Amino acid sequence: MSNDKVITAEQLTKRFGDFTAVDHISFEVKKGEIFGFLGANGAGKTTAMRMLCGLSLPTSGKATVAGFDVYKENEKIKRNIGYMSQKFSLYDDLTVKENMRFYGGIYGMSDKQIKDKTVFILRHLHLETEGDKLVKSLPLGWKQKLAFSVAIFHEPEIVFLDEPTGGVDPVTRREFWNMIYQAAADGITIFVTTHYMDEAEYCNRVSIMVDGRIDALDTPAQLKKTFEAKSMDEVFLKLARKAVRNAD
Amino acid sequence: MKQFLSFIKKEFLHIWRDKRTMFILLGMPVVQIIIFGFALTNEVKNSKIAILDNAKDAASTSLMTELNASRYFEIEKNLYSYNEIEAEFKKGKIKLAVVIPQQFASDLQHFNKAQVQLIADASDPNTANQLTNYATAVIMDYQKRITNDRKLPYTINVEIRNLYNPQLKGAYNFVPGVMAMVLLLVCTMMTAITIVKEKEMGTMEIMLVSPMKPQMVVIAKAVPYLVLSAVNISSILLLSRFVLDVPINGSLVLLLFESILFILVSLSLGLLISSAAASQQTAMFISLVGMFLPTIMLSGFMFPIENMPLPLRIVSNMVPAKWYFTIVKSVMIKGIGFHAIWKETLVLTGMMLFFLTVAIKKFKIRLA
Repeated sequence: MSNDKVITAEQLTKRFGDFTAVDHISFEVKKGEIFGFLGANGAGKTTAMRMLCGLSLPTSGKATVAGFDVYKENEKIKRNIGYMSQKFSLYDDLTVKENMRFYGGIYGMSDKQIKDKTVFILRHLHLETEGDKLVKSLPLGWKQKLAFSVAIFHEPEIVFLDEPTGGVDPVTRREFWNMIYQAAADGITIFVTTHYMDEAEYCNRVSIMVDGRIDALDTPAQLKKTFEAKSMDEVFLKLARKAVRNAD
Repeated sequence: MKQFLSFIKKEFLHIWRDKRTMFILLGMPVVQIIIFGFALTNEVKNSKIAILDNAKDAASTSLMTELNASRYFEIEKNLYSYNEIEAEFKKGKIKLAVVIPQQFASDLQHFNKAQVQLIADASDPNTANQLTNYATAVIMDYQKRITNDRKLPYTINVEIRNLYNPQLKGAYNFVPGVMAMVLLLVCTMMTAITIVKEKEMGTMEIMLVSPMKPQMVVIAKAVPYLVLSAVNISSILLLSRFVLDVPINGSLVLLLFESILFILVSLSLGLLISSAAASQQTAMFISLVGMFLPTIMLSGFMFPIENMPLPLRIVSNMVPAKWYFTIVKSVMIKGIGFHAIWKETLVLTGMMLFFLTVAIKKFKIRLA
């Protein structure tokens, strides 16, 4: 396997009884890439992502993450990935620093590493004075940015973001994407699912899932050309309308 | 190990930040022991009685003094006619009325026989029963004393010895009961709630994506509650020993060992509930209705199991607290050793293994 491919999936499939949630999908993600994973609700995005994170075993097909096999080496995968879900915004009843200490701790970082990194992140986000405040006292936008910082706290190779900007205002979303670009520039691969089509435009490459299959995979510019669309929004609607499966 | 410690530290922070819950968890056993010890007692102590003394002679007066002097009764009122009795009961102050007929003393002297009537408020049958028993006992004592110098043809003196609890103290029964209740509440309910909370908030997924092993997550969640329970056991035992004068007759080590076993049973039950419940409310509801009520009703703590109909007796065997309750009573009050409770210990161990296996299995299914 070549070194610059951090995620590979070949004919990856997940069935739940008669229901095929993910239907033979194949794709590759390169190091440092921002890979958009799009699809309507129920298209199978989350299931695919869970398989890559080692939360769920595939029914068939092959996949590697950070060079490790999803069947046999999911412990190693877990050490090399970060994860942030829409629901997740840290522990409300702990302070910012305590949250960082905890996440650093469960990834086995040393006290010194955790301390240095905490100082670095707080300075970077201009939150030096907020470190000892409870997370619940912070505005949602800050929480979201902190959550992302925590997801890449242990400097993983890949970070999976599951609809990270849900419920956040446009300005914060913009700032959030700046952080994503920064992380990608630092060499972290970004695997992101989203509902916002303007965000899809920010991605290097985008895949669109319909009914468990990947129906399109290319750069946003190329996709718009192929589907003769003015925006990603249009591309998405053209594909999503073909869906047979009901969104849940 | 470092991961594990970070996790436990975080769990303690959660508990520490939620001060109200923490005080409830630590204060509850103290309050319960005090309430049960001093307020909610079913012992007969200074019960108010009324006396209708129609005789007013030497014998009736000394019988009255006898009743009043016993620690069970206190004469609230002297009545003057039979009609007053019911009115007095209706006021609700007295629970028992004693009627002494005319010529009480002379009947005793001339016929060697006299009658005393006891009238009890049987709207609460248990209390009525107890009060009449105690009153009869006091009257018997009196009779024995006055007949002492006389020779009776035959007498059978019944002498009662209440083993293990000579003073018939209620504390001997409820201390083990409160222990079972508190441990169950802290371990089962809190463990279930705290795990379901992480599922609800979505942080459980983050744990599962991290290199932390799922079993470790579960164990780390349970550790703080194990510590809290240990604190609770100590405070209950200290209070009952030094405030309520309940002795610890058996081996303290054995008692603590059995308590830890019961804590583990409760923790694994909590884990099982957490894997079945989707929300914190469900977890709480299952713990309360599914565990708490049976513990109170069917452990033998409130109502004796021997008197229950067969189906309930069978069900009671599935209540872990019943076995623990028996163990604590045997070790603490009767002071017997492991040889007498190995069966109960075995049942609890079996329950723990069963709950734990099912819980871990269910937990793994969720990951697949």
